[in-house]
Amino acid sequence: MPSPTDLNIDHVAHLARIALTPEEKTQFAAQLGDVLAYIEQLKTVDIAGIEPTAHAFPIYNVWADDVARPGLPVEAALRNAPAQRDNMIVVPKVVE
Amino acid sequence: MKYEAVIGLEVHIQLKTRSKMFTRVATGFGQPENTLTDPVVLALPGVLPVMNKEALDKIVKAGLLLGCTIAPVCKWDRKNYFYPDSPKNYQISQYDQPICLGGTVEIELPGPSRNVMGEHKLIPLTRIHLEEDVGKLNHFARESLVDYNRAGTPLMEIVSDPAMHSAEEAFAYLTSLRQTMVYGGISDCDMEKGQLRCDANISIRPVGATYLGTKVELKNLNSISFVRDGIAHEIARQIAVVEAGGTLVQETRDYDGQTGASQSLRSKEMAHDYRYFPDPDLMPVKVDEEWKARLLAECPERPFDKQRRFFTQYQVPYTITSVLVPDRALSDFFEAAAQLAPGKAQAVGNWIVNDLLRELGNARLPLAESKVTPAHLAALVQLIEAGTVLTNAAKEIFVEMFASGEKPDVIADRKGLKAAPTDTGELEQWCRDSIAGNAKAVAEFKAGKDSAINALKGPVMKAAKGKANPKLVDETLRRVLAAL
Amino acid sequence: MPELFHQPVAALADQLAAKKLSAVELMQAVIARTEAVESRVKAFNSFDAADALARARASDERRAAGQSRGPLDGIPVGLKDVISVAGQPLTASSKMLANFVSPYDATVTRKLKEAGAVCWGRLNLDEFAMGSSTENSAFKTTSNPWDLARVPGGSSGGSAAALAAGEACATLGSDTGGSIRQPAAFCNVVGMKPSYGLVSRYGLIAYASSLDQIGPFGRTVEDAAIVLGAIAGHDPLDSTSFKTEIPDYRAELSKRRGPWKLGVPKEYFGAGLDPEVGAAVQAAIDYYRKLGCEIKEVSLPHTQYAIATYYIIATAECSSNLARFDGIRYGHRSAKANDAIDIYFHSRAEGFGAEVKRRIILGTYVLSSGYYDAYYLRAQKVRTLIRQDFLNAYREVDAILTPTSPVPAFKIGEKSDPLAMYLLDIYTIGVNLAGLPGASIPCGFTRGGLPIGLQIIGRPFQEADLLAIAHAYEQGHAWHTQHPKL
Ligand SMILES: [Mg+2]
Ligand SMILES: [Zn+2]
Repeated sequence: MPSPTDLNIDHVAHLARIALTPEEKTQFAAQLGDVLAYIEQLKTVDIAGIEPTAHAFPIYNVWADDVARPGLPVEAALRNAPAQRDNMIVVPKVVE
Repeated sequence: MKYEAVIGLEVHIQLKTRSKMFTRVATGFGQPENTLTDPVVLALPGVLPVMNKEALDKIVKAGLLLGCTIAPVCKWDRKNYFYPDSPKNYQISQYDQPICLGGTVEIELPGPSRNVMGEHKLIPLTRIHLEEDVGKLNHFARESLVDYNRAGTPLMEIVSDPAMHSAEEAFAYLTSLRQTMVYGGISDCDMEKGQLRCDANISIRPVGATYLGTKVELKNLNSISFVRDGIAHEIARQIAVVEAGGTLVQETRDYDGQTGASQSLRSKEMAHDYRYFPDPDLMPVKVDEEWKARLLAECPERPFDKQRRFFTQYQVPYTITSVLVPDRALSDFFEAAAQLAPGKAQAVGNWIVNDLLRELGNARLPLAESKVTPAHLAALVQLIEAGTVLTNAAKEIFVEMFASGEKPDVIADRKGLKAAPTDTGELEQWCRDSIAGNAKAVAEFKAGKDSAINALKGPVMKAAKGKANPKLVDETLRRVLAAL
Repeated sequence: MPELFHQPVAALADQLAAKKLSAVELMQAVIARTEAVESRVKAFNSFDAADALARARASDERRAAGQSRGPLDGIPVGLKDVISVAGQPLTASSKMLANFVSPYDATVTRKLKEAGAVCWGRLNLDEFAMGSSTENSAFKTTSNPWDLARVPGGSSGGSAAALAAGEACATLGSDTGGSIRQPAAFCNVVGMKPSYGLVSRYGLIAYASSLDQIGPFGRTVEDAAIVLGAIAGHDPLDSTSFKTEIPDYRAELSKRRGPWKLGVPKEYFGAGLDPEVGAAVQAAIDYYRKLGCEIKEVSLPHTQYAIATYYIIATAECSSNLARFDGIRYGHRSAKANDAIDIYFHSRAEGFGAEVKRRIILGTYVLSSGYYDAYYLRAQKVRTLIRQDFLNAYREVDAILTPTSPVPAFKIGEKSDPLAMYLLDIYTIGVNLAGLPGASIPCGFTRGGLPIGLQIIGRPFQEADLLAIAHAYEQGHAWHTQHPKL
């Protein structure tokens, strides 16, 4: 298991798209360092040959038939939008 | 130094389903903005995905058509990245357990000339997986407007091995892949509607080398000919860079099909780190033998297999099969007509390739709206074969048949285009008898009254019991009269 | 007879059925009580009294027309503010969703409405259900009705406190690592987390999708059974929903009489357990023995790894689940943003509170390139071992008895260290990792007058047994009939 000091808070905050203040960075790095140090104990568990559990009760092939049902009217779809125009969501220009 | 290109293609194809990949709101193209959404498409708080069974059926079929191994168990993963066209800021996709593995796309390279078949090759596939499409951004001067109608449309990603070596091969690969998918009813693959999209990974290496060079990803290749042109351009660019002593950098480039130039896209991410993990909201999929067998039974014959069969079963040449086979409906039309006209498959093929396609083209009609049916065409070919109509008459009948949808013999009768009686000696004798018995009409005709000839036709028709070809009667009478 | 707002649903339903009480009268009593105590308890993010009264009136009309929909018809049921109700705010107690109004009903909401219940108010919680004290709400800290200076537990603190304070007749919460059971224990009410997959998650704002379950809070085990019966069942909109027969939980309470074999896991009675809590739980165990149950010591050897496992899996899932809160389609959009990418960084910085940010950062880290196997995959394997521990124990016993929380309700502001707070979840988290049903029922008070909860953990999808076992204890005790002085 990696060392808790591996946590590069700038990099991870960037991946998570959260602008952290310098104070938050310092505080979170320390707090999460403690949590990661605690998590280290998982290293001691013998997991050889153990299958991972993704779902407590694995079931397969859960699907629905391909039937199109009415969706949301456009007004309802955009009701919570911070900015909209011409029935679309407005964001500052995305540079592709 | 001689270089060879190494090309791998990543093709995204929208599956033809009524509803979206993980929710049951309709899919569609060209609808008013944000009218094909629901809470799941918009990723509203609290919503959950539910798989579309039809999308699974379609991708398994695609895999079967391409000879893939269908994974007995596959699962869903989340690909995490932020972008305004991605409502959840993760895409549900398949990472380490795709539904289809391996397989090949059979391609045909251009032949030495148009009517000679080119070399065939099998391009190996790495994998095919299922995922969901994103929404669409419309860019303006200072803002981008987001439309989520496309978001959540089932999308199949077909990844080839880096096994192509020229722009022509890539072109042939896409052509074949598209034909096969359209054949299978898996997608309409309309690139203008974004139903088929292609990215190319291109590198070069000295001929004979086996390593992979620095690869460049070419994006936004939005027509099949742009793919060919873009790849050719990129190969030339890479060779030029290397020959000028430069170094290639791994990058993503955008090819502009209009100007034929490409430019580097600046990287938006420090590095891609998609943090894939199994989607806890979805259960894995098990594809058993019975399911596979059922879908296999629904799979059509693949285009190149059909072409080979047409060669042997119907002895039709490449010039015909190469036109028929790319179009499933056209080849079905051919086969139906050929079955009804045993031994005359080549004639049937010629009529389709030359006359039917010409008339459809002139009328701007799809085959589905053709009034000429395989039965009509077979009947016409048989009329010719039996000598009932002659070639020129048949051409006229075909045009009329295309316009009216009548049966060819009905048209032949109505327009008097049947070649009867077949014994021209007998016809000539009847003509001579009629001339001998109508001195007055003969005199009038000789004096310049052309319509007087009609009086001579009646007795001929009577003698022929109405079965004489009027055109032929007219010709024969004139010939005999002229010789008097 | 206690005041209307302190009476169990079962009793209220009888009075409604006998027309001794109208739904409007009941609703008015609950509204009046809420108005009287809410400024001290602070359990609600919002409520709509006019809407609730209109729905109560509709219930009375149904009953008058002989079309009552059963025991929940006309009963005010409070909903944690992560459960969607069409046309009502849905905030997750986050600035991010301060102005969000949901356009659709959660499946549990639809089922409650079909049962005639009045969906009453939006109940406070730790932001996005991340926490064990309701102090992480962006709007207010809910107080424990038994001691206003103390926390009600969390994350479903509003749901537990509102019920204990008489501001609702039953409530729904969600439980990812103990978020129903622990506040139930802190507030002297019954709280139940069903087996994973028994109750649809459709319309529940996801925290950790593979662990989250919605469940009921009730004054009595019978009330919890009534509410569970209304919300349980397969839902085609939730792919993780389980197809299983839903028995009449209420009717089964008296049919299933034991005696049961009950397990006591030695790992749950070690260091860190408050002696008063330990004594109360021990007394409850002794009571079951008196009832004729066989008490067996069992071992859940991987218990010590549960918290580490949980904080990897839950934070990884939450980092992805909360990515949609980006200020683009809905929710808080920062005014500071100059370009589209900026919107993410600033909206999320301003919209999320510290605990949410911490968990997103941790979850992003454990999934990031190069760390997946060491953290997430390893945690999923340890999860398998934890689950096997329970399944092994169930070869010998019908249910497992433990304390719900190692400590009673603590003071607001007392626990400032995140890790110390996480460690309090030690007894509840394994149940989520294993997907099992678990309930907390009142089993006593500390000398200082703080409630203590007994946790009963059942076999997968054997909620009827679990409730019957809980009911058997409750029949012999009066803890649940005590109400806080407000
Ligand atoms: Mg890709
Ligand atoms: Zn893709």
